[in-house]
Amino acid sequence: MAVFPFSAIVGQDEMKAAMLTAAVDPGIGGVLVLGDRGTGKSTAVRALAALLPKMRAVEQCVYGCDPAAGTPSCESCAPKKAAGVPKSLLKPVPVVDLPLGATEDRVVGALDLERALSQGVKAFEPGLLARANRGFLYIDEVNLLEDHLVDLLIDVAASGENLVEREGLSIRHPARFVLVGSGNPEEGELRPQLLDRFGLAVDVTTPTDLKLRIEIVKRRDAFERSPQSFVDAWQKEDEKIRRRIIAARKRLPQVEVPDEALTRAAQLCMNLGTDGLRGELALVRAARALAAIEGDLEVGDAHLRRMAAPALRHRLRRNPLDESGSGTRVHRAVDEVFTQTA
Amino acid sequence: MLAPLDREPDPSGRAWELAVRVAVLFAIDPAGLGGVRVRAHAGPVRDAWLAMLKAFMGGRAWIRVPQSVTDERLLGGLDLPATLSAGRPISQSGLLATVDGGVLVLSMAERISRATAARITQAMDNAQVVVERDGIRQQSSTQFGVVALDEATPEDDGLPEALCDRMSFDIDLRAISPRFIDTDMASAEEITAARERLEKIEMPEAMIDALCSVAMALGVSSLRACSLALCAARASAAFDDNDYCTDDDAQIAASLVLAPRATQLPHEDDDTEGDDAQPEPQQSPAENDSPSPLSQQQAMEDRVLDAAQAAIPANLLALLISGIKPVRMSGKSGAYSDAGAHGRPIGSRRANNLRGRRLHLVDTLRAAAPWQRLRRALSGEAVAKARVLVRAEDFHVTRIRQRSASVTVFVVDASGSSAMHRLSEVKGAIEMLLAECYVRRDQVALVAFRGRSAELLLPPTRSLTAARRRLSGLPGGGGTPLASALEVTASLVDSLARRGQSPLVVLLTDGRANVALDGSGGRERAQQEAMQTAQQLAQVQVPVLLIDTSTKPQQEAATLARAMRARYLPLPHAGSAQLAQTVRLATGTEPRAFG
Repeated sequence: MAVFPFSAIVGQDEMKAAMLTAAVDPGIGGVLVLGDRGTGKSTAVRALAALLPKMRAVEQCVYGCDPAAGTPSCESCAPKKAAGVPKSLLKPVPVVDLPLGATEDRVVGALDLERALSQGVKAFEPGLLARANRGFLYIDEVNLLEDHLVDLLIDVAASGENLVEREGLSIRHPARFVLVGSGNPEEGELRPQLLDRFGLAVDVTTPTDLKLRIEIVKRRDAFERSPQSFVDAWQKEDEKIRRRIIAARKRLPQVEVPDEALTRAAQLCMNLGTDGLRGELALVRAARALAAIEGDLEVGDAHLRRMAAPALRHRLRRNPLDESGSGTRVHRAVDEVFTQTA
Repeated sequence: MLAPLDREPDPSGRAWELAVRVAVLFAIDPAGLGGVRVRAHAGPVRDAWLAMLKAFMGGRAWIRVPQSVTDERLLGGLDLPATLSAGRPISQSGLLATVDGGVLVLSMAERISRATAARITQAMDNAQVVVERDGIRQQSSTQFGVVALDEATPEDDGLPEALCDRMSFDIDLRAISPRFIDTDMASAEEITAARERLEKIEMPEAMIDALCSVAMALGVSSLRACSLALCAARASAAFDDNDYCTDDDAQIAASLVLAPRATQLPHEDDDTEGDDAQPEPQQSPAENDSPSPLSQQQAMEDRVLDAAQAAIPANLLALLISGIKPVRMSGKSGAYSDAGAHGRPIGSRRANNLRGRRLHLVDTLRAAAPWQRLRRALSGEAVAKARVLVRAEDFHVTRIRQRSASVTVFVVDASGSSAMHRLSEVKGAIEMLLAECYVRRDQVALVAFRGRSAELLLPPTRSLTAARRRLSGLPGGGGTPLASALEVTASLVDSLARRGQSPLVVLLTDGRANVALDGSGGRERAQQEAMQTAQQLAQVQVPVLLIDTSTKPQQEAATLARAMRARYLPLPHAGSAQLAQTVRLATGTEPRAFG
């Protein structure tokens, strides 16, 4: 099935930037996209999945373990690695959908029913979390997700490891993934703990500029009418973005974060009164990834400014008497901090 | 061939024509057009329309989904009987997969839960159903259109907004008399032929521009509506046996898809400005023979806009003219239809006996499965013949969360001088409660009264975003129509209770009414009517908390509280935090997990 190309998405720069930074540095910890209906939230996630560069993984490993030494691996890969570099292959980065109505056994993994019923064997059948390891776990309509699944995700997303204790099975396996959620805020609020697991949060709104709107409708229409030729037409542009991601990943370790930038980030978080250090960390990491994407070797004000809203807007304490959206509050604080010292 | 849209003068006959046209277009491209919202009571007109659409669809899938459908049926999953007899997992596909190529008919769609709606819209968006349930992983592609049968009464909320956004059409059959029914206006053969033409229909770029502009002029924000309008225009062209879309098709699309979504009337000034921008004299003589593409486009846009404007439904038009922004209510009713007396299953747990709880079959079998060989080997001849050996220790029962599903209805006196202060404190309290209500899944509503009557300002919601939008810029001041407020509250609370939710009313007033039910002044009559409606509210038997906000609490409010059997609480300077805390105490918070 053809997927709408990432490069053909009109506008929504904040959303695109957030997704690309998460692709460059998975350590940022996921992206939450909240906004109006029909703004292409899930289109963008699927588009990103289509252009991610392939990854190297140990052959026949269900968790897709990284063959490089020193990275966390599952029980079957650890001994292989100890014996030398295991056989590996290139495969697409998993982007796993967590569909609504999924049951717990399919998410965490459970006893393999087929083998248990037919052969009486007690075997583990890995679930969605196993498949998502080293990739992305995408939850559309994240605010409609059942509570017990939310609990489970909160735990795994923090530890990077899935512990299964059920039906007499006792399994632990790596489950490091970038959590991507999308939803409409009018369908209900997100639990604060889950909110906190997302490194970045972006707000998307329906564009009000007529020219933009027409362009969006036209591209969408062209895609619906003949998906393959539309995808072909945009292939070059998508390829450019893919190369930028690869280059940015290479550049990332060399990008410096000067003390000045750290001070700015800290001051911003202090002014906004965000809870804990996670906001600050997410902001610095995201700014660093953005610098890498743009080809800069040092994090500057421009990077911090652009990533401040996505990194911090979901970490503000609610102020019932402040009518303005959290994004506006962040921008206000950014202006204060950056003009003060500049 | 259908008659042009404006030929039939009789309103009722015209409505039927419109409904037929919608059925025709929808049948040509059900998946592209998304769906039809059919506002109608069960009856001969609705039946006739459905039968006609079904005939138009030929032999394609036609699946009726009850509002209470379970995930198991909707999405599919483990087929337990087959699994047990085969001794290996057998999956069955759900309704969303079987409906591929056809039409999904949602009965009582106004009561459908948001969760169910989201499963349907996900399948529509992705053109596939992904099942991850009960040890089954399944992916099936599916394309279908939805017919949402909407029997909503005014006090019900509407359809889930997420579903409305994806459906092209919205028709109202309630005013149609059965004598206008005529199902021979189009045939299944014509539809099939049109469906085959559909792929080749060309649409001029200018038409996309025009439809987008018209959507903008009518204040239709969703971009999906524009895309749906394009599909409708193409379907219309296909039915007329054309290979490209004409102006007529664009006009039909705009009036059927865009007009019912209007949130504003096009500004007249913009029109004249547009004309001024391209005055005739400026055109060179050479261009006079063939009008410039720009003015051609302008002309098309104007025609399409006129058609759309003429097609705005009468009741919506009245709203738009009065300057009130129509708010498309998002459906919340039945959002927790699984809850109520039975509660929502939240997984299973081991239990050696049932004690009236629901057995979780799949998990029970799952627990029993690994031991089958061993048990068979150890048990005697007679038992070994049984297909599955289940022991008490395998039993898993369904864990159920029984939701309190409470709805706190704030009824706020917005009259007089202290109105602004009182309102802002209540706003604060509402937002505080909503900010924490994720945990409790509670909802909050707001009725405000001032001037001549009371108004439901915030329908029950659990979304902070929705509340914030509705609560910005609440007006205050004027008379005190207490009786009207109590009447509105009683009917709201009654419909909530009938839906299985437990409402709590928090009334903030000083209890001094001075506007009667008919909007006229006069303290004495107003007070008398307030007492009467208070007694009516007492009949509904919901807990009421009357917070007396006057600086010097007086007799009126206490008397009123007695009349409605409310708890009386004088809080002259109630702040947001205090109000929120009072509600927390009154509702008794934590969700209880049973089983």
